[in-house]
Amino acid sequence: MKILIVDDFSTMRRIIKNLLRDLGFTNTQEADDGLTALPMLKNGDFDFLVTDWNMPGMTGIDLLKQVRADERISSMPILMVTAEAKRDQIVEAAQAGVNGYVIKPFTAAALKEKIEKIFERV
Amino acid sequence: MTSKITLHTEDSMILELRECASLLLEKLQGDDYQEASKMIVNLNEARDSTIFQCVGELTRALHESIKNFNIPGGEQALSQQGSAEEHCSELNDASSGLEYVLTLTKNAADKTMDMVEECAPICNELGQEASSLKQEWAKLRNREMSPDEFRALYKRLDIYFETLDAGTNKLNENMQNIILEQGFQDLTGQVLKKVINLVTDVETNLVSLMRIAGQVESVVGIDVEKYTNDGKASKKTGADTAGEGPQYNSNKRSDVIDSQDNVDDLLSSLGF
Repeated sequence: MKILIVDDFSTMRRIIKNLLRDLGFTNTQEADDGLTALPMLKNGDFDFLVTDWNMPGMTGIDLLKQVRADERISSMPILMVTAEAKRDQIVEAAQAGVNGYVIKPFTAAALKEKIEKIFERV
Repeated sequence: MTSKITLHTEDSMILELRECASLLLEKLQGDDYQEASKMIVNLNEARDSTIFQCVGELTRALHESIKNFNIPGGEQALSQQGSAEEHCSELNDASSGLEYVLTLTKNAADKTMDMVEECAPICNELGQEASSLKQEWAKLRNREMSPDEFRALYKRLDIYFETLDAGTNKLNENMQNIILEQGFQDLTGQVLKKVINLVTDVETNLVSLMRIAGQVESVVGIDVEKYTNDGKASKKTGADTAGEGPQYNSNKRSDVIDSQDNVDDLLSSLGF
């Protein structure tokens, strides 16, 4: 399982990478913005995307929409991990097809539960 | 720095206006049109001098504010791109200060995680060896151990105590260092306090500038409300789902979800 972690803060990418490793997912790559992430996703056979919302170039919500709009990768499971917690945002993400939504700060248990839920369904 | 300008400028102008107005009426009623014209000129002059006074106060207050923040004045700064003075303003200092906070917090987070990652394998190995030794020890206690096995256990215990000693020392050292790394909060806290003070000062100055400008506006007769309201309206048409970063006033807002459980509830209530 190849996973792409996207967040503009390197500390957060490291935390998520470590948590994924503890869950047994060792094949991970990182991107620091939606802009750099999109080409990686289009060309890289990733199986799972974990992304933040707020990023300077392309936001996570736009990245999500772009992925869903590209036939070849539109069915990729996507988990948002973000500080954005307004009702309208959560609804927008759900309607855009996000598979899970974790708000920061989060616990290892919360992240694990959402990931397990996503792969149960797939 | 609060401005000393008071309402007396406006009041004294109103007083003059009233006096002139009643005199004007008198002259008109007495058919003294020449005098009446002179009065109108006087009225205009009263208004003009009040405007000049208010604008003068406004300019002075603006200068004071800019001086307080050490921003080098106007054209000089623009013509000396990259000069030393240009980089000295307090506002510039505030930006550098916040960059410093970013750097310090990132480094502290990285170092802390490095030290924790060092500790994890030590704990694992000590734990695994302890489990395995425990089983051997149980055999010994049940007198199920051969002399050869006992010799092997003896050596293992020897090695284990060494490893335990070194391992726990390293763990303690790292834990202490992790505590020390949290010292960033002191340094960043100091910088943040300074920036908060600066921002508050800027806000106070802007408010008093606005007040003085308001007086100029009322003397000149500009209806500012109309302009500011239009400005506000266009701002609000921005997306409601624009990113805002972490919510630190969530208890004052009704549109923010404040826990993972509530997020999950919202999503399942919508059928997701």
